[in-house]
Amino acid sequence: MTAGRLPVRKTYKLFVGGAFPRSESGRSYPVRSADGEQVLAWVAQGSRKDLRDAVRAARGAQAGWAGRTAYNRGQVLYRVAEVLEGRAAQLAAEVAAAGAADPEGEVATAIDRWVWYAGWADKVQMVAGTRNPVAGPFWNVSAPEATGVVGVVAPEVPSLLGLVTRLAPALAAGNAVVALSSERWPLAAATLGEVLATSDVPAGVVNVVSGRTAELLPWLAGHRDVDALDLTGAPIGLWADAARAAAPSTKRVVPPALDDRWLDDDEQSPADVLATMEIKTVWHPAGT
Amino acid sequence: MPGELAEPTGVLAGVDPADGGFAYAPSRESTDLVAIQDRYGLWIGGEEVEALSGRTITTTNPATEEPLAEVAEAGPEDVDLAVAAARRAYEDGWRDLPGRERAKVLYRVARQLQERARELAVLETLDGGKPIKESRDIDVPLAAAHFFHHAGWADKLEWAFANRTPSPLGVVGQVIPWNFPLLMAAWKLAPALATGNTVVLKPAETTPLTALLLAEVLAEAEVPPGVVNIVTGGGATGASLVSHPGLDKVAFTGSTTVGRQIQESLAGTRTRLTLELGGKAANIVYEDAAVDQAVEGVVNGIFFNQGHVCCAGSRLLVQESVAELFLDKLRRRIATLRVGDPLDKNTDVGAINSAEQLGRITSLVEAGVEEGGERWQPACALPEKGWWFPPTVFTGVSQSSRIAREEVFGPVLAVLTFRTPEEAVAKANNTPYGLSAGVWSEKGSKVLWTAERLQAGVVWANTFNKLDPTSPFGGYKESGFGREGGLHGLASYVSLGRR
Repeated sequence: MTAGRLPVRKTYKLFVGGAFPRSESGRSYPVRSADGEQVLAWVAQGSRKDLRDAVRAARGAQAGWAGRTAYNRGQVLYRVAEVLEGRAAQLAAEVAAAGAADPEGEVATAIDRWVWYAGWADKVQMVAGTRNPVAGPFWNVSAPEATGVVGVVAPEVPSLLGLVTRLAPALAAGNAVVALSSERWPLAAATLGEVLATSDVPAGVVNVVSGRTAELLPWLAGHRDVDALDLTGAPIGLWADAARAAAPSTKRVVPPALDDRWLDDDEQSPADVLATMEIKTVWHPAGT
Repeated sequence: MPGELAEPTGVLAGVDPADGGFAYAPSRESTDLVAIQDRYGLWIGGEEVEALSGRTITTTNPATEEPLAEVAEAGPEDVDLAVAAARRAYEDGWRDLPGRERAKVLYRVARQLQERARELAVLETLDGGKPIKESRDIDVPLAAAHFFHHAGWADKLEWAFANRTPSPLGVVGQVIPWNFPLLMAAWKLAPALATGNTVVLKPAETTPLTALLLAEVLAEAEVPPGVVNIVTGGGATGASLVSHPGLDKVAFTGSTTVGRQIQESLAGTRTRLTLELGGKAANIVYEDAAVDQAVEGVVNGIFFNQGHVCCAGSRLLVQESVAELFLDKLRRRIATLRVGDPLDKNTDVGAINSAEQLGRITSLVEAGVEEGGERWQPACALPEKGWWFPPTVFTGVSQSSRIAREEVFGPVLAVLTFRTPEEAVAKANNTPYGLSAGVWSEKGSKVLWTAERLQAGVVWANTFNKLDPTSPFGGYKESGFGREGGLHGLASYVSLGRR
């Protein structure tokens, strides 16, 4: 310790319903630097009950979020990118502590990807909507709308970009999300929660729970009020059990990625927005 | 049992022939066109083969309880052969056939279905019990339309998915229900084939005959051997198909219970899955609806195909201010429905598909009475032989009642009332299902407001039970996932290069 000011350390907590609680279980776990030498922080270790609180918060917030105009959702998401930009240095430091080869690059890609998806909020219906020429005197249109509450499992690495890559499209679609952050390196995800809390994203639309993935995922997968489960970032060893737990509520399940291409621009697609959307078709007679 | 339940619990004067109304003369469709074999084998690798299992099932005319034919029951070893035949056909040419050639084959199928429409309609009605006017005017023409529409996609797929390169998935296992046997087969096969996949299809145990006639049509159209394989049988055959490791995709239409089991059995595999499951659709009638049109829509919504429809409008939500008037008109209209011989061209409501299904309907209706619902059925004489259930309306139903929550899959309507649009939407969405919904109002903004809030894959506004190959069909929530039909349905049968 050199002479001078003592830094104020951050307590890394959960992000549930717009607030930052510790785990109701009272547990926390140490997050170590990539070389294992140093404890970076003690992070809240979420429980089944924290997860249930998060799902309840998400369900409560979802209809309001989906009910906003697509233009408004796009602006709120763009605002997230603005605030992220201001936190870039902090995020880069957290990503660097997780051993990222190019921390600044990861953060920059995450911010750019967020902006890209913000723009999809008011375009996905245009790209994926159809007016269907049915054989009769009817006006018939199909358009995507949010599935509802989506469970997202972030990959271990990249600890920020991985979460952003799956979270942003689900939000652009109008879903509310309960995300399990990277178990080993949850710091950047916790900071992302702080960004979301100060970016006009309504409370409960995003909930980030840190902890042991193997402990939390079965409860998230089995929760009857979760409509879709995005396992793109899930450990391959947990996949089958999670998918099985999702079956009783016929959840839409996005399987784990076949390869690790989080940094590629290929990893961003309107198909990822549509992955957590439903197509609704409306018929109406046309006549006098 | 059916005799007991046929006992009318409410009679409207003036519409019963015995009471001075008009009687209809019989107008029976001829069955001369249809030749039913005594025995049917499986359709594997382009030919009819005996099942290795050595077992058969009997398919029965539900309107007479007379057996129609013995049909092979495919065992696991037969399913193996069918999947292997589909794999060979996929690798040996179908996937590499230029789209324009695939298109022409499928156009031929569509045309041949139209040519043999009468025969198919009569066979469908004989095997499944649905009224001939429905099989003739809806099932068969729509089946042909599915092939015709999708035929044209086969050589245009690169235009269907912006910035992506579609390729076929491989071998698809498809399991279909007994309520629309030919239509479901066409609905499943046409997009799968147009996109270059090969198929093993399992028709329902009680209605295999039109799928087997379709096999003949496919062969005549020169669909290459093994591109479509048909394995008949019951639940065990279906289970060996959907769990077969040689499949790249499974498409299932049926109950939510079985759908969950399939999803569970495929968990942790890369086999794709689409599920089209049960429903408990709300049909919302606002006080500003065109009442007579809404009555027709509600009747069509629940009594179409004896209510054996996953998207049936089985919950009527009628605004309190017009409930009495509406229900009075509804009962009068229901009393004019003609229940009976499915081959009679005047019949509105045909036979219940199986004794098993009749038992399910009966027990749920009994539960409805026990839970305090008020049952109403028109006076209608039911044939002595066969499986029948009269049109039934329950009023005084609570949201928690089984009759309001569980899929009856029969001609049984549960009526609830509401006061405000918000209440209507809350009640409509208060179900784990989300396949379809209806809304009736002459006020455009209210129709759209409601349609936006209904959690259902298909919303029929001022209409009901309309289907079209260009219009995506499929559910929200526990009614399954994936769409069939339309541009969105195509996506279920192609790989787009990622995942």
